[in-house]
Amino acid sequence: MKYGKEIVLLTLAAFLALAGAALGEDTAFRSHMWVLFFSLAAFTIVLLRQVSWASVGDPASIPLRSDGTERYLDGPIRYGAIATVFWAVVGLLVGVVVALQLAFPQLNFEPFLTFGRMRPLHTSAVIFAFGGNALIATSFYVVQRTSRARLFGGDLAWFVFWGYQLFIILAATGYLLGITQSREYAEPEWYVDVWLTIVWVAYFLVFFGTILRRKEPHIYVANWFYLSFIITIAMLHIVNNLAMPVSFLGSKSYSLFAGVQDALTQWWYGHNAVGFFLTAGFLGMMYYFVPKQANRPVYSYRLSIIHFWAIIFLYIWAGPHHLHYTALPDWAQTLGMVFSIMLWMPSWGGMINGLMTLSGAWDKLRTDPIIRMMVMAVAFYGMATFEGPLMSIKAVNSLSHYTDWTIGHVHSGALGWNGLISFGAVYFLVPRLWGRERLYSIRMVSWHFWLATIGIVIYAATMWVSGIQQGLMWREYDDQGFLVYTFAETVAAMFPYYVMRAVGGGMYLLGAILMAFNVYKTIRGELREEAPMGGRAPALQPAE
Amino acid sequence: MTEKHIDELSGVETTGHEWDGIRELNNPMPRWWLWSFYATIVFALGYTIAFPAWPLVNSATQGVLGWSSRGQLTQTMNEVAEAQADLRAALAEKSLPEIIADDKLYRFARSGGEAAFKVNCVQCHGSGAQGSAGYPNLNDDDWLWGSDIESIHHTIAHGVRYAGDEETHVSEMPAFADMLQGPEVRQIAAYVASLTRDPSDPALADAGKQLFADNCAACHGESGTGDQSMGAPNLADAIWLYGSSEAEIAAQIRKPKHGVMPAWQARLGDVTVKQLAVYVYSLGGAKQ
Repeated sequence: MKYGKEIVLLTLAAFLALAGAALGEDTAFRSHMWVLFFSLAAFTIVLLRQVSWASVGDPASIPLRSDGTERYLDGPIRYGAIATVFWAVVGLLVGVVVALQLAFPQLNFEPFLTFGRMRPLHTSAVIFAFGGNALIATSFYVVQRTSRARLFGGDLAWFVFWGYQLFIILAATGYLLGITQSREYAEPEWYVDVWLTIVWVAYFLVFFGTILRRKEPHIYVANWFYLSFIITIAMLHIVNNLAMPVSFLGSKSYSLFAGVQDALTQWWYGHNAVGFFLTAGFLGMMYYFVPKQANRPVYSYRLSIIHFWAIIFLYIWAGPHHLHYTALPDWAQTLGMVFSIMLWMPSWGGMINGLMTLSGAWDKLRTDPIIRMMVMAVAFYGMATFEGPLMSIKAVNSLSHYTDWTIGHVHSGALGWNGLISFGAVYFLVPRLWGRERLYSIRMVSWHFWLATIGIVIYAATMWVSGIQQGLMWREYDDQGFLVYTFAETVAAMFPYYVMRAVGGGMYLLGAILMAFNVYKTIRGELREEAPMGGRAPALQPAE
Repeated sequence: MTEKHIDELSGVETTGHEWDGIRELNNPMPRWWLWSFYATIVFALGYTIAFPAWPLVNSATQGVLGWSSRGQLTQTMNEVAEAQADLRAALAEKSLPEIIADDKLYRFARSGGEAAFKVNCVQCHGSGAQGSAGYPNLNDDDWLWGSDIESIHHTIAHGVRYAGDEETHVSEMPAFADMLQGPEVRQIAAYVASLTRDPSDPALADAGKQLFADNCAACHGESGTGDQSMGAPNLADAIWLYGSSEAEIAAQIRKPKHGVMPAWQARLGDVTVKQLAVYVYSLGGAKQ
């Protein structure tokens, strides 16, 4: 029987989940085990039926490659592209909901759909589900092409894909059930963390194994970034989640760290999740898809080496800037700040290499909305990596910390940089993965670009204003030395900004829905009849 | 693989490698980038000399400027305390009428009282001191425990029905559900309503008049105007703490709700409580 071993293992795991559902120590754990059981049961049924969801319609009638064979293992990448688009829409939708919950508290529904549970759902869905799937799918695509080698480990890549989806489902349902470690961006409890570790090690094996069997003499720069991302995330994830479960049949665990050490470990993790997940990983994406889409060589090989190693060395120390003016000793705060400042230029190295790669191809901005999207992503990357060091300066941080400015900063990075570069990569990949002539509609990409860009600008500008106002209101003293505003008054003052933020986020979501439709149509093999972008080339004028 | 290759468009040499069609130009690092990078490193080194930075075995370097976050906090707090010292001393020393009479002291006490009110009192009395159901409005001239500033100060300092304070205000209206028949309660409620408006049923209100005199007047007074010395509310005005409908009045007769307010003297100290009293006084409802 095909998949015999897999089906036996899945059934066994489903049985264990069922036992967990029956014997769990607390209600949340039992509910979570039911979720796991039904997920595993569904996987088993899918395997038993051997349903192929890789392409819509009759696969025989739409050959994926002209010769009908596949040199590279692209199945998990196709699934990954679909998962990326799906989780983008889900994560952004939850984002718009939580934005509205802040503006209109009546939209909180006890107990599952309150802001406290929806917020980690949003952040994890966007960072780990959308961003993670984009990274895994593109890294598998890029490492095969730039190494001229098929993915290492056979079906291990499929395990990585499905194992990662299971992690996402467990994390997401856990949040709604109220299962959390209360560590920002590391909320899943111990058993979900253990599962992610297994999946991540498999991911490392597939990626690194492929690099080892490469047929190119050198490792391409994109792969350095991807590899640093995979290794560092493994280290961060394991150390930050070291914990002792109360019971091996219960959802609660206690961290191995306490007090300020705990806080520092958490922000060492949290900051480098930004540094290695959202920066290094996506730089890997940028280093492949920008030169490919622009059809130009990378601007500077030397710059790519220097800024890579500078980022790797400097980023890992900058975490303490999340703990300015806390119980963390002053010396650690200082080091967090100066490492962040030194990080400015290494970060910008990626921006320079991205933008300058376009030299000689700037005219493509007019006709190719995909390259426009990538350029905008790199521009937002440059802005966010300037803003970050700025906010790490203690004097600035004393105003900006805990305010919406931080939220605005994160979103100009996440929506502008991570979002747009991933969308660009999806638009690049989908026609190639499914062997289509081009995307269903190029004009829709242009619409997506404008909706997303205007949405981010509204979002970020609104959060600057609200964050700075918030910070100024918190520290406002009258001439006699008494506080002027209560916290509740500063919250009430945020209302118009929160509504505007939801509008900006809504536009961004609308763009992503447009992308989902475009991708769906492209996979179906349809082409929209439309005028080409940029109009006709200007007619030559006769010389006078 | 590594033969010489020149990019036609830019005329720059590439590294000679190619990955899936991607080449890399052999451009130098931009000078401005490199020098900016050096500048941030120089700044970082300088900053770590000036401020606490380098970890040693048991401590860390303290920085040549002698700055510390705790030191900065203490200094800022001391500056404010110093600037306020004379006025706070005067507040501690002087009586409330003296404080109100002195413009400068009054202004200082009022600002401090407002800040303290926003932190400690708004949760129940509202950010405009407008109160809400069960929590009195402090802007009007209807007072439960006295309307002059000394009484207001006593209420803030010692609280209402607060177990931890011996001088707290205590009064408890009995639950008349145990003593009166159901119809009698409705009659009294109708009568109480009739003190300020036309009752829903004048006959019911008339029947309640004698019952009120027998059961309620001892505390609330013959005419229902209340008695602030024992915290008995005035029933002859249109201000209601627990609702104005006859049903709500009847519910309050059957099984009264009693508000509790903490005593603030021990928690906030003499000066702040005085400031709070001045702030509440300044809202305009107190006896001037």
